[in-house]
Amino acid sequence: MSARNSYVGSPVDRIEDLRFLRGRGEYVDDITRDGLLHMAVLRSSVAHGRIKAIDTAAAKARPGVHAVFIAADIGPVMPKIPLRTFHFKVTPETERYLQPVIALGKVRYVGEPIAIVIADSAALAEDALEDIAVDIEPLPPRAETPAAQRDDVLLFEDTPTNLAATVTCLRGDADRGFREAEYTRREKFSIQRHTAITMELRGLLTEWDAAQGKMTVSGAAKLPFFSRRVLAKMMGLAEESVVMIENDVGGGFGVRGEFYPEDFLVPFAARQLGRPVKWIEDRREHMLATNHAREVECEVEIACRRDGKILALRGFAYVNAGAYLRPSGLGAPHNVTQMMAGPYNIPHLNLVSKTYVTNKSPAGTYRAPGRFESNFVCERLVDLAAQDLGIDPVEMRRRNLVLESEMPYEIGQFTSDTPGSHKECYDSGDYSITLDLCLKEFGWAEKQHIQGKLIDGRYHGLGIACFIEGGAGGFKEDARVVIEPDGSVSVFVGCSALGQGLETAFAQIAADALEIPMTAIKGVYHGSTTLVREGVGSWHSRATVMGGSAIILAATNLKDAIRKHVAERFGCTATEIEISDGIAKAPGGRSVTFSELAGQRLAGEATFHNHLHTYTYGTHCAHVTVDPKTGHVGIVDYLAVQDVGRIINPKTLRGQSIGSMVQGLGGTFLEHLVYDEHGQLLTGSLADYLMPTASDYPNIRSIELEMKPSPVNPLGAKGAGESGIISAPSVMANAVAAALSSLKVQPNELPLSPQRVWGLIQAARQKNQ
Amino acid sequence: MTVNGKAVDASVEPRTTLADYLRHQLRLTGTHVGCEHGVCGACTVIVDAAAVRSCLMLAVQAEGASVVTVEGLSSDQALSPLQTAFRKHGAVQCGFCTPGIVTTAHALLTAEPDADADRVREVLSGNICRCTGYVPIVEAVLEARAAYRVRRS
Repeated sequence: MSARNSYVGSPVDRIEDLRFLRGRGEYVDDITRDGLLHMAVLRSSVAHGRIKAIDTAAAKARPGVHAVFIAADIGPVMPKIPLRTFHFKVTPETERYLQPVIALGKVRYVGEPIAIVIADSAALAEDALEDIAVDIEPLPPRAETPAAQRDDVLLFEDTPTNLAATVTCLRGDADRGFREAEYTRREKFSIQRHTAITMELRGLLTEWDAAQGKMTVSGAAKLPFFSRRVLAKMMGLAEESVVMIENDVGGGFGVRGEFYPEDFLVPFAARQLGRPVKWIEDRREHMLATNHAREVECEVEIACRRDGKILALRGFAYVNAGAYLRPSGLGAPHNVTQMMAGPYNIPHLNLVSKTYVTNKSPAGTYRAPGRFESNFVCERLVDLAAQDLGIDPVEMRRRNLVLESEMPYEIGQFTSDTPGSHKECYDSGDYSITLDLCLKEFGWAEKQHIQGKLIDGRYHGLGIACFIEGGAGGFKEDARVVIEPDGSVSVFVGCSALGQGLETAFAQIAADALEIPMTAIKGVYHGSTTLVREGVGSWHSRATVMGGSAIILAATNLKDAIRKHVAERFGCTATEIEISDGIAKAPGGRSVTFSELAGQRLAGEATFHNHLHTYTYGTHCAHVTVDPKTGHVGIVDYLAVQDVGRIINPKTLRGQSIGSMVQGLGGTFLEHLVYDEHGQLLTGSLADYLMPTASDYPNIRSIELEMKPSPVNPLGAKGAGESGIISAPSVMANAVAAALSSLKVQPNELPLSPQRVWGLIQAARQKNQ
Repeated sequence: MTVNGKAVDASVEPRTTLADYLRHQLRLTGTHVGCEHGVCGACTVIVDAAAVRSCLMLAVQAEGASVVTVEGLSSDQALSPLQTAFRKHGAVQCGFCTPGIVTTAHALLTAEPDADADRVREVLSGNICRCTGYVPIVEAVLEARAAYRVRRS
């Protein structure tokens, strides 16, 4: 890259902001079409039941209603939404737990689609829902994991059990580790059901061109190429006949853009009626219908030598998947075993996740799936062991961190009850760097005097936690770089924008790779299936690494194409052509600008293949106060330090870091999807489901480093979109435990709501009396 | 009513919210709808100088009022000082809550150009942003105060 051109690493202002700040973003509900019809969904009000009858006659007779569809209208074969796994093959046994696109015979969660109404307006469609009569014979709900585990009531009567999947992470010989240990401790942990809650609601607009046999779906996100494959198969269309269009997306965090029942129902209705059909979720629907996440109970045992060396972890994670295995439903169950050892060299692991179907909304991946949960377990266990062994918690961590000399570090073998297995490696890093810097910048040593002190009615505590974040999954990504007729350059990429500033980061990477000013980049076009041959998308902190690397390869190919073309023009060899500042120079002072190449349709296309993941790593420190009278936890200071290998844009990276830290605080202290014993969701609005607001957490700091580049991609970058959220619950729980050390309170269950913390204090006081 | 300085006249169903009227009849889609129960603040517009949830107001209630949306605070040329500060501080990610936060901050700083960080956080606590963690938004609003002080004096 040209020394003069160094957009990568600079805090470049975001391109996207120019439209977003003016209200000119185009989200799916902002688009309309002539002849547009609107869909509303009748959802089950019962958590578990058998559908005896559905009467749609009155709804169909209402003015403005064009159609009402139920399962019987879908066709002879009810499509089921497939599971997406990269490492394991899906067996027929697993497929029994997949979701039909509309309730077939039974309902298994409150919110499950039973019927859809298509009408002239969304209001008329919603009005008509009230005229659909559904007779449901209630069955006993099994909403909580322990209830589902009993198997006395089966959600799927053609299966022998509600246990839908088992994933195991093995390394060494855990039983040997425990035999050799001088110290062991077993603890139970629980993480509450909560989820992403994107600010934009899901939505879709489908157009069906019967003459051309072509379907166009607007509102795609996250992984449009996967969704296209699924939809084409369900519709009996060739993939080329289905176009997925990505509009601006108001937040993804893992839940947006997955294939949901509506992703079939809207296109189905559009094809049946030959009219464009739009559906926009409302917030109550969102709370019921968009993927939930995180709910898991863990029972894990740690084995150590007396000097603090961790020898083994073994135990179980019991995951509440909700009513069906959604496409990303095994993401967290996989990661919760894979990530349990975190940044530590633990020679023996035997960690098993068991995933149960229950009568709650189906769960999927939410930012740092399985990582948030397992980090909470691991970092709590490290603190508990350090305390029992009389070792300083920082020293305990230092003695166990994977060393730079051990990189690449193989973390374990994964098996599953579906065939297949794989191994996983940490790519690079010096984990002591972020630990040391975080301690220093936080003032860990200087603040030790405050540990556990009661000052002005509040206990003070300091907590620490270390983490690793996996990134760059999905194996490959496509990019195409084109010189436009006006001499500018367009960048096309298969990744999806979810709000992370992809256009800016990719324009920086492309401008550097082509050695042209960013202003010469006409645009970065992403997500839609029309742009590249076979894109993948955005999850697993992959877009910047995978898409960015693909752009570098495509730019190299474009430069080769330019050299070849210019060499032919000047009668020299391609190797003699030098390209810089948008000019191709041949020997003898002859040159051509990109603008002069404009008519030549020169383009570079490339696929970046990569089966190795990146691992960002870091440390969090927090200083909290706990009010023993209310259980309220206040944050005095919260600092995260992470090494992301290579920083593309420090400003957008800081946004990812601070934003995910605060999102993690929501999951730690506030957010909880609460169900009652009937399987009814009690937190169905934003007034009931608390999320962080501007006045909650003002004292948040983050430091991003680029110390140890990743060796597995040409950028040296590591995925960094999730790190802030991973250690939020563990560092806060460790800090709360430190604050309440005089009471011997050990918070091992989330959320750390005022009620929970107050209850722990009361219980401890009674026990200590 | 007037919307962004232009007189508009329309007949709407009584149940039409101001948000739906702005978005679907006037096609001013910068105003976003995030919850329709007055919690998230994405639909905030300025009605007679006050920041108002357009999802909780019926269009007919705005008869005779002066309504300003994010489009009314924007020009094709340069970004406003408030918008510039948002961009500088990285206060925008997915952009969905952004119009409601810009209108809320504009109404606040117009009335209180000396608002301190606590006041800014208090007022913005009615707008949920899921991406940024609020830190850069507060930095941006505090920086933009200077432009509003000048405007006032």
